[in-house]
Amino acid sequence: MSQLKNNLPVHEGEGLRADLSIIADWIRPDSKVLDLGCGDGTLLAYLRDQRKVLGYGLEISPFNIEDCVEKNINVIQADLNDGLKAFFSDNRFDYVIMSQTLQATQQPDLLIEEMLRVGDEGIVTFPNMAHWSARLQLGLKGIMPVTKNLPNQWFNTPNVHLCTLNDFEVLCKKHNIEILQRTVVDHSHRRGNWLMNMFPNLLGEIAIYRFRRNLSL
Amino acid sequence: MPETIADDSVGIVETRIKHFAEALLLECGQTLPEYDIAYETYGELNADASNAILICHALSGDQHAAGYNSMDDRKPGWWESAIGPGKPIDTRHFFVVSINNLGGCKGTTGPNTINPQTGKYWGPDFPIVTVKDWVKSQHRFMQALDISHWCAVIGGSLGGMQVLQWTIDFPDLIKHAIVIAAAPKLSAQNIAFNEVARQSIMSDPDFCEGHYLEKNTAPRRGLMLARMLGHITYLSDDAMRDKFGRELREGKLNFGFDVDFQVESYLRYQGSSFVDRFDANTYLLMTKVLDYFDPAQDYDDNLALALKQTAARFLVIAFTSDWRFSPERSQEIVKALLEAEKEVSYIEVESSQGHDAFLIPIPHYMNVFASHMKNIISELS
Repeated sequence: MSQLKNNLPVHEGEGLRADLSIIADWIRPDSKVLDLGCGDGTLLAYLRDQRKVLGYGLEISPFNIEDCVEKNINVIQADLNDGLKAFFSDNRFDYVIMSQTLQATQQPDLLIEEMLRVGDEGIVTFPNMAHWSARLQLGLKGIMPVTKNLPNQWFNTPNVHLCTLNDFEVLCKKHNIEILQRTVVDHSHRRGNWLMNMFPNLLGEIAIYRFRRNLSL
Repeated sequence: MPETIADDSVGIVETRIKHFAEALLLECGQTLPEYDIAYETYGELNADASNAILICHALSGDQHAAGYNSMDDRKPGWWESAIGPGKPIDTRHFFVVSINNLGGCKGTTGPNTINPQTGKYWGPDFPIVTVKDWVKSQHRFMQALDISHWCAVIGGSLGGMQVLQWTIDFPDLIKHAIVIAAAPKLSAQNIAFNEVARQSIMSDPDFCEGHYLEKNTAPRRGLMLARMLGHITYLSDDAMRDKFGRELREGKLNFGFDVDFQVESYLRYQGSSFVDRFDANTYLLMTKVLDYFDPAQDYDDNLALALKQTAARFLVIAFTSDWRFSPERSQEIVKALLEAEKEVSYIEVESSQGHDAFLIPIPHYMNVFASHMKNIISELS
Protein backbone atom coordinates (compact mmCIF):
# COMPACT_ATOMS: atom_id res chain seq x y z
CA MET A 1 0.00 0.00 0.00
CA SER A 2 2.85 2.32 0.75
CA GLN A 3 4.13 2.13 -2.80
CA LEU A 4 1.10 4.18 -3.74
CA LYS A 5 2.43 7.16 -1.96
CA ASN A 6 5.58 7.06 -4.02
CA ASN A 7 3.49 7.97 -7.03
CA LEU A 8 2.86 11.34 -5.48
CA PRO A 9 5.36 14.19 -5.44
CA VAL A 10 6.76 14.37 -1.93
CA HIS A 11 7.96 17.92 -2.19
CA GLU A 12 6.27 20.94 -3.62
CA GLY A 13 9.13 23.20 -4.62
CA GLU A 14 11.52 23.39 -1.72
CA GLY A 15 8.96 22.80 1.02
CA LEU A 16 6.93 19.89 2.30
CA ARG A 17 4.19 18.48 0.05
CA ALA A 18 1.10 20.63 0.72
CA ASP A 19 -1.12 17.92 2.21
CA LEU A 20 1.71 16.99 4.57
CA SER A 21 2.32 20.63 5.38
CA ILE A 22 -1.38 21.08 6.20
CA ILE A 23 -1.17 18.06 8.52
CA ALA A 24 1.97 19.51 10.11
CA ASP A 25 0.13 22.78 10.75
CA TRP A 26 -2.58 20.91 12.62
CA ILE A 27 -0.16 19.25 15.01
CA ARG A 28 0.69 20.78 18.37
CA PRO A 29 4.41 21.05 19.16
CA ASP A 30 5.80 18.49 21.63
CA SER A 31 2.98 16.04 21.00
CA LYS A 32 3.16 12.28 20.44
CA VAL A 33 2.42 11.16 16.89
CA LEU A 34 1.94 7.83 15.14
CA ASP A 35 2.08 7.85 11.32
CA LEU A 36 0.46 4.76 9.78
CA GLY A 37 1.99 3.87 6.42
CA CYS A 38 4.66 6.51 6.98
CA GLY A 39 6.40 5.89 3.63
CA ASP A 40 9.94 7.22 3.54
CA GLY A 41 9.43 9.12 6.80
CA THR A 42 9.34 12.65 5.31
CA LEU A 43 6.46 13.86 7.49
CA LEU A 44 7.86 12.39 10.70
CA ALA A 45 11.31 13.84 10.06
CA TYR A 46 9.67 17.24 9.47
CA LEU A 47 7.53 16.97 12.62
CA ARG A 48 10.58 15.97 14.67
CA ASP A 49 12.67 18.89 13.36
CA GLN A 50 9.97 21.58 13.22
CA ARG A 51 7.44 20.57 15.89
CA LYS A 52 9.65 18.61 18.30
CA VAL A 53 7.15 15.75 18.34
CA LEU A 54 7.96 12.28 19.61
CA GLY A 55 7.00 10.37 16.46
CA TYR A 56 6.77 6.77 15.35
CA GLY A 57 6.01 5.40 11.91
CA LEU A 58 4.43 2.13 10.86
CA GLU A 59 5.55 0.87 7.48
CA ILE A 60 5.76 -2.43 5.64
CA SER A 61 7.95 -1.82 2.60
CA PRO A 62 11.60 -2.71 3.27
CA PHE A 63 12.74 0.09 0.94
CA ASN A 64 10.74 2.71 2.79
CA ILE A 65 11.94 1.27 6.11
CA GLU A 66 15.53 1.77 4.99
CA ASP A 67 14.76 5.40 4.10
CA CYS A 68 13.14 5.92 7.51
CA VAL A 69 16.13 4.49 9.35
CA GLU A 70 18.40 6.70 7.28
CA LYS A 71 16.33 9.73 8.35
CA ASN A 72 16.83 8.59 11.93
CA ILE A 73 13.13 8.39 12.74
CA ASN A 74 11.48 5.70 14.85
CA VAL A 75 9.85 3.17 12.55
CA ILE A 76 8.04 -0.09 13.22
CA GLN A 77 8.00 -2.64 10.40
CA ALA A 78 4.51 -4.10 10.42
CA ASP A 79 1.41 -4.66 8.30
CA LEU A 80 -1.40 -2.21 9.01
CA ASN A 81 -3.94 -4.85 8.09
CA ASP A 82 -2.79 -6.99 11.01
CA GLY A 83 -4.02 -4.22 13.25
CA LEU A 84 -2.19 -2.19 15.81
CA LYS A 85 -2.75 -4.57 18.72
CA ALA A 86 0.65 -6.26 18.58
CA PHE A 87 2.36 -2.98 19.39
CA PHE A 88 0.07 -0.37 20.85
CA SER A 89 -2.06 -0.27 23.97
CA ASP A 90 -4.85 2.32 24.38
CA ASN A 91 -4.40 6.10 24.35
CA ARG A 92 -0.68 6.23 23.56
CA PHE A 93 -0.69 9.14 21.10
CA ASP A 94 -2.02 12.65 20.66
CA TYR A 95 -2.39 12.13 16.91
CA VAL A 96 -2.60 9.08 14.67
CA ILE A 97 -2.01 10.00 11.01
CA MET A 98 -2.78 8.01 7.89
CA SER A 99 -1.95 9.90 4.71
CA GLN A 100 -2.91 8.45 1.31
CA THR A 101 -3.19 4.98 2.81
CA LEU A 102 -6.78 4.53 4.05
CA GLN A 103 -8.10 3.55 0.63
CA ALA A 104 -5.56 0.75 0.32
CA THR A 105 -6.32 -0.95 3.62
CA GLN A 106 -8.45 -4.07 3.96
CA GLN A 107 -10.90 -2.71 6.53
CA PRO A 108 -10.77 1.10 6.71
CA ASP A 109 -13.65 1.32 9.19
CA LEU A 110 -11.90 -0.94 11.71
CA LEU A 111 -8.61 0.86 11.18
CA ILE A 112 -10.24 4.22 11.92
CA GLU A 113 -11.57 2.70 15.14
CA GLU A 114 -8.06 1.47 15.94
CA MET A 115 -6.67 4.96 15.28
CA LEU A 116 -8.99 6.37 17.91
CA ARG A 117 -8.22 3.53 20.31
CA VAL A 118 -4.48 4.26 20.36
CA GLY A 119 -4.72 8.05 19.89
CA ASP A 120 -6.85 11.05 20.88
CA GLU A 121 -7.23 12.39 17.38
CA GLY A 122 -7.00 10.92 13.90
CA ILE A 123 -5.84 12.63 10.72
CA VAL A 124 -6.46 11.01 7.33
CA THR A 125 -5.93 12.06 3.76
CA PHE A 126 -7.39 10.20 0.78
CA PRO A 127 -8.15 10.77 -2.92
CA ASN A 128 -11.72 11.96 -3.48
CA MET A 129 -13.60 9.70 -5.89
CA ALA A 130 -16.30 12.32 -6.37
CA HIS A 131 -13.93 14.85 -7.96
CA TRP A 132 -15.40 16.12 -11.24
CA SER A 133 -12.72 14.43 -13.39
CA ALA A 134 -13.54 11.06 -11.85
CA ARG A 135 -17.26 11.73 -12.26
CA LEU A 136 -16.72 12.57 -15.92
CA GLN A 137 -14.80 9.39 -16.65
CA LEU A 138 -17.36 7.17 -14.98
CA GLY A 139 -20.45 9.19 -15.91
CA LEU A 140 -19.70 10.03 -19.54
CA LYS A 141 -17.04 7.60 -20.69
CA GLY A 142 -18.33 4.75 -18.55
CA ILE A 143 -14.85 3.75 -17.39
CA MET A 144 -13.27 3.45 -13.95
CA PRO A 145 -11.51 6.74 -13.23
CA VAL A 146 -7.75 6.97 -13.71
CA THR A 147 -6.33 10.25 -12.42
CA LYS A 148 -3.01 11.70 -11.30
CA ASN A 149 -3.85 10.67 -7.75
CA LEU A 150 -5.25 7.31 -8.84
CA PRO A 151 -2.86 6.29 -11.60
CA ASN A 152 -3.64 2.55 -11.54
CA GLN A 153 -6.10 0.62 -13.64
CA TRP A 154 -9.03 -1.15 -11.94
CA PHE A 155 -7.25 -4.53 -12.19
CA ASN A 156 -3.96 -3.55 -10.64
CA THR A 157 -4.90 -0.84 -8.18
CA PRO A 158 -3.92 -1.23 -4.52
CA ASN A 159 -6.83 1.10 -3.74
CA VAL A 160 -9.54 -1.37 -2.89
CA HIS A 161 -11.62 0.96 -0.71
CA LEU A 162 -12.02 4.24 -2.53
CA CYS A 163 -14.53 6.75 -1.20
CA THR A 164 -15.74 10.32 -1.46
CA LEU A 165 -15.89 13.11 1.09
CA ASN A 166 -19.57 12.41 1.60
CA ASP A 167 -18.94 8.69 2.10
CA PHE A 168 -16.29 9.40 4.69
CA GLU A 169 -18.50 11.79 6.59
CA VAL A 170 -21.35 9.25 6.66
CA LEU A 171 -18.98 6.67 8.08
CA CYS A 172 -17.82 9.10 10.76
CA LYS A 173 -21.39 9.82 11.77
CA LYS A 174 -22.19 6.12 11.98
CA HIS A 175 -19.13 5.50 14.14
CA ASN A 176 -19.85 8.44 16.40
CA ILE A 177 -16.77 10.31 15.23
CA GLU A 178 -16.62 14.07 15.38
CA ILE A 179 -14.90 15.84 12.48
CA LEU A 180 -12.73 18.64 13.83
CA GLN A 181 -11.24 20.00 10.62
CA ARG A 182 -11.60 19.35 6.90
CA THR A 183 -9.74 20.69 3.93
CA VAL A 184 -9.15 19.74 0.32
CA VAL A 185 -6.24 20.20 -2.07
CA ASP A 186 -5.82 19.73 -5.81
CA HIS A 187 -3.65 17.17 -7.57
CA SER A 188 -0.52 19.24 -7.18
CA HIS A 189 -1.42 19.50 -3.51
CA ARG A 190 -2.16 23.20 -3.63
CA ARG A 191 -4.51 24.38 -0.98
CA GLY A 192 -8.06 24.94 -2.16
CA ASN A 193 -9.34 28.31 -3.38
CA TRP A 194 -12.76 29.64 -2.24
CA LEU A 195 -14.56 27.73 -4.98
CA MET A 196 -12.94 24.45 -4.04
CA ASN A 197 -13.82 25.04 -0.43
CA MET A 198 -17.43 25.79 -1.34
CA PHE A 199 -17.79 22.56 -3.37
CA PRO A 200 -15.18 20.28 -1.83
CA ASN A 201 -16.79 16.99 -2.89
CA LEU A 202 -16.83 18.13 -6.53
CA LEU A 203 -13.63 20.14 -6.80
CA GLY A 204 -11.33 18.72 -4.13
CA GLU A 205 -8.96 16.02 -5.30
CA ILE A 206 -7.44 15.07 -1.99
CA ALA A 207 -9.39 15.25 1.26
CA ILE A 208 -7.75 15.90 4.61
CA TYR A 209 -9.66 15.31 7.83
CA ARG A 210 -8.91 15.66 11.52
CA PHE A 211 -11.34 13.87 13.82
CA ARG A 212 -11.87 12.42 17.28
CA ARG A 213 -14.34 10.32 19.19
CA ASN A 214 -17.54 12.33 19.73
CA LEU A 215 -17.45 12.93 23.46
CA SER A 216 -20.78 14.74 23.75
CA LEU A 217 -22.86 11.59 23.36
CA MET B 1 43.14 -21.22 6.59
CA PRO B 2 42.49 -17.87 4.91
CA GLU B 3 44.87 -17.55 1.98
CA THR B 4 44.36 -13.82 1.98
CA ILE B 5 42.43 -11.66 4.39
CA ALA B 6 39.63 -9.59 2.88
CA ASP B 7 39.97 -5.80 2.94
CA ASP B 8 36.81 -5.46 4.99
CA SER B 9 38.09 -7.78 7.73
CA VAL B 10 39.74 -6.54 10.91
CA GLY B 11 42.53 -8.99 9.98
CA ILE B 12 44.73 -10.71 12.54
CA VAL B 13 43.56 -10.02 16.07
CA GLU B 14 44.80 -11.07 19.46
CA THR B 15 42.81 -12.34 22.43
CA ARG B 16 44.02 -10.72 25.63
CA ILE B 17 43.28 -11.46 29.27
CA LYS B 18 42.45 -8.89 31.93
CA HIS B 19 42.70 -9.89 35.57
CA PHE B 20 40.26 -8.54 38.14
CA ALA B 21 41.49 -8.82 41.72
CA GLU B 22 38.40 -7.32 43.29
CA ALA B 23 35.73 -9.84 44.38
CA LEU B 24 32.46 -9.96 42.46
CA LEU B 25 29.25 -10.68 44.37
CA LEU B 26 26.95 -12.74 42.19
CA GLU B 27 23.17 -12.82 42.11
CA CYS B 28 23.15 -16.38 43.51
CA GLY B 29 24.80 -15.07 46.69
CA GLN B 30 28.23 -16.53 46.04
CA THR B 31 31.31 -14.40 45.49
CA LEU B 32 34.01 -14.79 42.86
CA PRO B 33 37.11 -13.69 44.78
CA GLU B 34 39.03 -12.84 41.59
CA TYR B 35 38.63 -13.60 37.91
CA ASP B 36 40.03 -13.22 34.43
CA ILE B 37 38.18 -11.89 31.39
CA ALA B 38 39.33 -12.85 27.89
CA TYR B 39 38.65 -10.13 25.35
CA GLU B 40 39.40 -8.74 21.92
CA THR B 41 39.14 -5.19 20.63
CA TYR B 42 38.90 -3.87 17.09
CA GLY B 43 39.40 -0.29 15.91
CA GLU B 44 40.78 2.63 17.93
CA LEU B 45 39.33 4.41 20.94
CA ASN B 46 38.97 8.10 20.05
CA ALA B 47 40.37 10.97 22.12
CA ASP B 48 37.33 11.50 24.33
CA ALA B 49 36.52 7.77 24.52
CA SER B 50 33.08 8.32 23.01
CA ASN B 51 33.16 5.69 20.26
CA ALA B 52 33.22 2.44 22.25
CA ILE B 53 30.82 -0.37 21.41
CA LEU B 54 30.28 -3.51 23.46
CA ILE B 55 29.44 -6.71 21.59
CA CYS B 56 27.61 -9.33 23.66
CA HIS B 57 27.89 -12.96 22.60
CA ALA B 58 25.25 -15.67 22.52
CA LEU B 59 25.19 -19.17 24.02
CA SER B 60 28.15 -20.73 22.23
CA GLY B 61 29.91 -17.50 21.27
CA ASP B 62 33.04 -15.98 22.75
CA GLN B 63 35.35 -12.96 22.59
CA HIS B 64 36.52 -13.79 19.07
CA ALA B 65 33.85 -11.90 17.15
CA ALA B 66 35.83 -10.78 14.10
CA GLY B 67 39.05 -11.34 12.21
CA TYR B 68 41.48 -14.23 12.59
CA ASN B 69 43.65 -15.16 15.54
CA SER B 70 46.23 -16.60 13.15
CA MET B 71 46.69 -17.38 9.49
CA ASP B 72 46.01 -21.01 10.42
CA ASP B 73 42.41 -20.25 11.44
CA ARG B 74 39.92 -22.06 9.29
CA LYS B 75 37.16 -19.52 9.95
CA PRO B 76 36.97 -15.88 11.06
CA GLY B 77 35.23 -14.69 14.26
CA TRP B 78 31.52 -15.42 14.73
CA TRP B 79 30.26 -11.99 13.60
CA GLU B 80 32.65 -11.32 10.74
CA SER B 81 29.57 -10.44 8.64
CA ALA B 82 28.86 -7.30 10.69
CA ILE B 83 32.18 -6.13 12.17
CA GLY B 84 35.03 -4.65 10.13
CA PRO B 85 36.09 -1.64 8.09
CA GLY B 86 33.11 -0.59 5.93
CA LYS B 87 30.75 -3.06 7.61
CA PRO B 88 27.76 -2.02 9.74
CA ILE B 89 29.88 -1.99 12.91
CA ASP B 90 32.56 0.00 11.13
CA THR B 91 35.93 -0.36 12.84
CA ARG B 92 37.20 2.77 11.06
CA HIS B 93 34.85 4.74 13.34
CA PHE B 94 34.14 2.58 16.36
CA PHE B 95 36.25 0.99 19.07
CA VAL B 96 34.69 -2.45 19.40
CA VAL B 97 35.04 -4.47 22.60
CA SER B 98 34.12 -8.15 22.70
CA ILE B 99 34.53 -10.20 25.86
CA ASN B 100 34.06 -13.83 26.82
CA ASN B 101 31.47 -13.83 29.59
CA LEU B 102 32.06 -15.29 33.05
CA GLY B 103 31.55 -19.03 33.01
CA GLY B 104 32.78 -19.17 29.41
CA CYS B 105 35.46 -21.56 28.25
CA LYS B 106 37.73 -19.43 26.06
CA GLY B 107 40.08 -17.93 28.62
CA THR B 108 37.63 -16.20 30.93
CA THR B 109 37.26 -17.68 34.42
CA GLY B 110 34.80 -20.53 34.15
CA PRO B 111 34.31 -24.24 34.83
CA ASN B 112 37.38 -25.21 32.75
CA THR B 113 39.75 -22.92 34.68
CA ILE B 114 41.45 -23.53 38.02
CA ASN B 115 39.75 -22.38 41.20
CA PRO B 116 42.62 -20.64 43.06
CA GLN B 117 41.11 -21.63 46.40
CA THR B 118 41.22 -25.37 45.73
CA GLY B 119 43.88 -25.64 43.05
CA LYS B 120 41.47 -27.79 41.03
CA TYR B 121 39.21 -27.15 38.08
CA TRP B 122 36.07 -25.24 39.00
CA GLY B 123 34.05 -27.83 37.08
CA PRO B 124 30.48 -28.15 38.38
CA ASP B 125 31.30 -25.95 41.40
CA PHE B 126 31.49 -22.81 39.31
CA PRO B 127 28.63 -20.65 40.58
CA ILE B 128 25.54 -20.21 38.44
CA VAL B 129 25.87 -16.76 36.89
CA THR B 130 23.11 -14.63 35.39
CA VAL B 131 22.75 -11.98 32.69
CA LYS B 132 22.78 -9.39 35.50
CA ASP B 133 26.12 -10.74 36.75
CA TRP B 134 27.52 -10.56 33.25
CA VAL B 135 26.41 -6.96 32.83
CA LYS B 136 27.97 -6.12 36.18
CA SER B 137 31.27 -7.67 35.10
CA GLN B 138 31.05 -5.96 31.70
CA HIS B 139 30.56 -2.64 33.50
CA ARG B 140 33.69 -3.26 35.55
CA PHE B 141 35.47 -4.15 32.36
CA MET B 142 34.36 -0.87 30.79
CA GLN B 143 35.78 1.06 33.76
CA ALA B 144 39.04 -0.89 33.54
CA LEU B 145 39.42 0.35 29.95
CA ASP B 146 38.76 3.96 31.10
CA ILE B 147 35.62 4.16 29.02
CA SER B 148 32.88 6.35 30.51
CA HIS B 149 29.99 4.97 28.46
CA TRP B 150 29.16 2.77 25.47
CA CYS B 151 27.88 4.58 22.40
CA ALA B 152 26.15 1.27 21.66
CA VAL B 153 25.75 -2.17 23.16
CA ILE B 154 24.87 -4.77 20.52
CA GLY B 155 24.00 -8.44 20.67
CA GLY B 156 21.95 -11.24 19.14
CA SER B 157 19.98 -13.96 20.93
CA LEU B 158 21.38 -14.32 24.48
CA GLY B 159 23.57 -11.34 23.52
CA GLY B 160 20.43 -9.26 22.92
CA MET B 161 19.26 -10.13 26.42
CA GLN B 162 22.48 -8.66 27.83
CA VAL B 163 21.79 -5.49 25.84
CA LEU B 164 18.33 -5.21 27.44
CA GLN B 165 19.82 -5.74 30.90
CA TRP B 166 22.42 -3.03 30.23
CA THR B 167 19.72 -0.47 29.45
CA ILE B 168 17.97 -1.30 32.72
CA ASP B 169 20.99 -1.61 35.05
CA PHE B 170 23.11 1.24 33.69
CA PRO B 171 20.68 3.51 31.84
CA ASP B 172 23.08 6.46 31.72
CA LEU B 173 26.02 4.51 30.38
CA ILE B 174 24.53 3.27 27.10
CA LYS B 175 23.33 5.53 24.30
CA HIS B 176 22.10 2.99 21.79
CA ALA B 177 20.79 -0.52 22.34
CA ILE B 178 20.60 -2.96 19.43
CA VAL B 179 18.68 -6.09 20.35
CA ILE B 180 18.69 -8.77 17.65
CA ALA B 181 16.73 -12.05 17.52
CA ALA B 182 16.12 -11.97 21.26
CA ALA B 183 13.25 -12.40 23.71
CA PRO B 184 12.27 -10.70 26.97
CA LYS B 185 12.41 -14.12 28.68
CA LEU B 186 12.33 -17.77 27.70
CA SER B 187 9.09 -19.60 26.96
CA ALA B 188 8.32 -23.01 28.48
CA GLN B 189 9.24 -24.52 25.11
CA ASN B 190 12.63 -22.75 25.12
CA ILE B 191 13.33 -24.03 28.64
CA ALA B 192 12.23 -27.51 27.61
CA PHE B 193 14.81 -27.62 24.81
CA ASN B 194 17.48 -26.43 27.24
CA GLU B 195 16.51 -29.14 29.71
CA VAL B 196 16.85 -31.87 27.08
CA ALA B 197 20.29 -30.47 26.22
CA ARG B 198 21.31 -30.54 29.88
CA GLN B 199 19.97 -34.03 30.45
CA SER B 200 21.86 -35.35 27.45
CA ILE B 201 25.12 -33.92 28.86
CA MET B 202 24.50 -35.00 32.44
CA SER B 203 23.40 -38.53 31.55
CA ASP B 204 26.61 -39.19 29.61
CA PRO B 205 28.65 -41.69 31.71
CA ASP B 206 31.75 -39.58 31.04
CA PHE B 207 30.14 -36.55 32.70
CA CYS B 208 31.42 -37.78 36.10
CA GLU B 209 29.06 -35.35 37.84
CA GLY B 210 30.86 -32.52 36.16
CA HIS B 211 34.38 -33.53 37.31
CA TYR B 212 35.36 -34.96 33.93
CA LEU B 213 38.38 -32.67 33.43
CA GLU B 214 40.07 -34.06 36.56
CA LYS B 215 39.52 -37.53 35.13
CA ASN B 216 40.92 -36.41 31.80
CA THR B 217 37.75 -37.16 29.90
CA ALA B 218 34.68 -35.30 28.64
CA PRO B 219 30.99 -36.08 28.07
CA ARG B 220 31.48 -35.94 24.32
CA ARG B 221 28.36 -37.86 23.31
CA GLY B 222 26.15 -35.81 25.62
CA LEU B 223 27.53 -32.47 24.47
CA MET B 224 27.27 -33.57 20.86
CA LEU B 225 23.60 -34.45 21.35
CA ALA B 226 22.97 -31.11 23.04
CA ARG B 227 24.55 -29.29 20.11
CA MET B 228 22.62 -31.33 17.56
CA LEU B 229 19.39 -30.44 19.31
CA GLY B 230 20.44 -26.81 19.43
CA HIS B 231 21.17 -26.78 15.71
CA ILE B 232 17.68 -28.04 14.91
CA THR B 233 16.24 -25.08 16.81
CA TYR B 234 18.58 -22.59 15.10
CA LEU B 235 17.46 -23.56 11.60
CA SER B 236 14.00 -23.26 10.13
CA ASP B 237 12.07 -26.05 8.46
CA ASP B 238 12.55 -24.21 5.15
CA ALA B 239 16.27 -23.72 5.68
CA MET B 240 16.70 -27.43 6.37
CA ARG B 241 14.66 -28.31 3.30
CA ASP B 242 16.70 -25.95 1.14
CA LYS B 243 19.99 -27.14 2.56
CA PHE B 244 19.39 -30.89 2.71
CA GLY B 245 15.94 -31.85 1.48
CA ARG B 246 15.80 -35.62 1.81
CA GLU B 247 19.06 -36.01 -0.02
CA LEU B 248 20.79 -39.30 0.68
CA ARG B 249 24.45 -39.28 1.54
CA GLU B 250 25.32 -42.39 -0.42
CA GLY B 251 22.51 -42.11 -2.95
CA LYS B 252 20.62 -45.09 -1.49
CA LEU B 253 18.95 -46.22 1.71
CA ASN B 254 21.14 -48.42 3.88
CA PHE B 255 18.38 -50.04 5.94
CA GLY B 256 20.34 -49.47 9.11
CA PHE B 257 20.74 -46.89 11.85
CA ASP B 258 23.80 -45.20 10.46
CA VAL B 259 23.63 -42.00 8.43
CA ASP B 260 21.24 -42.22 5.46
CA PHE B 261 20.26 -38.59 4.97
CA GLN B 262 22.51 -35.58 4.54
CA VAL B 263 20.82 -33.79 7.41
CA GLU B 264 21.96 -36.56 9.77
CA SER B 265 25.50 -36.22 8.54
CA TYR B 266 25.35 -32.43 8.99
CA LEU B 267 24.08 -32.69 12.55
CA ARG B 268 26.68 -35.28 13.48
CA TYR B 269 29.42 -33.11 12.02
CA GLN B 270 28.16 -29.99 13.84
CA GLY B 271 27.87 -31.94 17.08
CA SER B 272 31.26 -33.61 16.93
CA SER B 273 33.18 -30.50 15.87
CA PHE B 274 31.56 -28.59 18.72
CA VAL B 275 32.82 -30.96 21.43
CA ASP B 276 36.40 -30.21 20.43
CA ARG B 277 35.97 -26.51 21.08
CA PHE B 278 33.46 -26.21 23.89
CA ASP B 279 33.23 -27.19 27.54
CA ALA B 280 30.18 -29.17 28.67
CA ASN B 281 29.90 -27.43 32.05
CA THR B 282 29.94 -24.06 30.29
CA TYR B 283 27.13 -25.28 28.03
CA LEU B 284 25.09 -26.27 31.09
CA LEU B 285 25.77 -22.90 32.65
CA MET B 286 24.84 -20.91 29.53
CA THR B 287 21.50 -22.69 29.22
CA LYS B 288 20.75 -21.78 32.84
CA VAL B 289 21.67 -18.15 32.19
CA LEU B 290 19.07 -18.20 29.41
CA ASP B 291 16.42 -19.90 31.54
CA TYR B 292 16.84 -17.44 34.42
CA PHE B 293 16.74 -14.28 32.32
CA ASP B 294 13.63 -12.28 33.15
CA PRO B 295 14.28 -8.56 33.65
CA ALA B 296 10.60 -7.87 34.34
CA GLN B 297 10.68 -10.13 37.40
CA ASP B 298 11.83 -7.33 39.71
CA TYR B 299 9.11 -5.05 38.34
CA ASP B 300 5.86 -6.93 39.02
CA ASP B 301 6.41 -8.89 35.80
CA ASN B 302 5.80 -5.67 33.92
CA LEU B 303 8.42 -5.27 31.19
CA ALA B 304 7.31 -1.71 30.39
CA LEU B 305 7.92 -0.79 34.03
CA ALA B 306 11.35 -2.45 33.90
CA LEU B 307 12.22 -0.39 30.84
CA LYS B 308 10.79 2.87 32.22
CA GLN B 309 14.16 4.02 33.57
CA THR B 310 16.10 3.27 30.38
CA ALA B 311 17.55 6.17 28.41
CA ALA B 312 18.98 4.41 25.36
CA ARG B 313 17.54 4.55 21.89
CA PHE B 314 16.54 1.07 20.75
CA LEU B 315 16.75 -0.85 17.51
CA VAL B 316 15.03 -4.23 17.75
CA ILE B 317 15.50 -6.70 14.88
CA ALA B 318 13.69 -10.02 14.35
CA PHE B 319 13.66 -12.59 11.55
CA THR B 320 10.47 -14.04 10.08
CA SER B 321 11.66 -17.67 10.06
CA ASP B 322 13.16 -17.61 13.57
CA TRP B 323 11.08 -19.93 15.71
CA ARG B 324 13.50 -20.14 18.63
CA PHE B 325 12.93 -16.44 19.39
CA SER B 326 10.18 -15.56 16.96
CA PRO B 327 9.27 -12.01 15.83
CA GLU B 328 6.38 -12.10 18.33
CA ARG B 329 8.95 -12.28 21.15
CA SER B 330 10.75 -9.21 19.81
CA GLN B 331 7.38 -7.48 19.43
CA GLU B 332 6.82 -7.97 23.17
CA ILE B 333 9.99 -5.97 23.78
CA VAL B 334 8.91 -3.28 21.31
CA LYS B 335 5.41 -3.03 22.78
CA ALA B 336 6.87 -2.58 26.27
CA LEU B 337 9.27 0.10 24.99
CA LEU B 338 6.41 1.96 23.29
CA GLU B 339 4.40 1.71 26.47
CA ALA B 340 7.36 3.20 28.35
CA GLU B 341 7.54 5.98 25.73
CA LYS B 342 11.03 5.06 24.59
CA GLU B 343 12.54 5.74 21.20
CA VAL B 344 12.52 2.48 19.28
CA SER B 345 12.60 1.11 15.76
CA TYR B 346 11.57 -2.43 14.97
CA ILE B 347 12.70 -4.26 11.85
CA GLU B 348 11.26 -7.62 10.85
CA VAL B 349 13.59 -9.13 8.28
CA GLU B 350 12.20 -11.57 5.74
CA SER B 351 14.49 -14.59 5.97
CA SER B 352 14.44 -18.35 5.60
CA GLN B 353 17.44 -19.16 7.78
CA GLY B 354 15.77 -19.40 11.17
CA HIS B 355 17.47 -18.12 14.32
CA ASP B 356 20.87 -18.29 12.61
CA ALA B 357 19.75 -15.46 10.31
CA PHE B 358 21.16 -12.90 12.73
CA LEU B 359 24.68 -13.96 11.72
CA ILE B 360 23.95 -13.89 7.98
CA PRO B 361 24.47 -10.72 5.89
CA ILE B 362 20.90 -10.48 4.54
CA PRO B 363 20.79 -7.26 2.43
CA HIS B 364 17.77 -5.56 4.10
CA TYR B 365 19.18 -6.41 7.54
CA MET B 366 22.64 -5.10 6.69
CA ASN B 367 21.27 -1.94 5.02
CA VAL B 368 19.18 -1.01 8.04
CA PHE B 369 21.98 -1.94 10.44
CA ALA B 370 24.54 0.13 8.48
CA SER B 371 22.23 3.18 8.20
CA HIS B 372 21.50 3.07 11.89
CA MET B 373 25.20 2.80 12.77
CA LYS B 374 25.96 5.75 10.45
CA ASN B 375 23.51 7.85 12.43
CA ILE B 376 25.38 6.86 15.59
CA ILE B 377 28.68 7.87 13.96
CA SER B 378 27.20 11.30 13.19
CA GLU B 379 26.46 11.74 16.91
CA LEU B 380 30.09 11.09 17.89
CA SER B 381 31.99 14.15 18.97
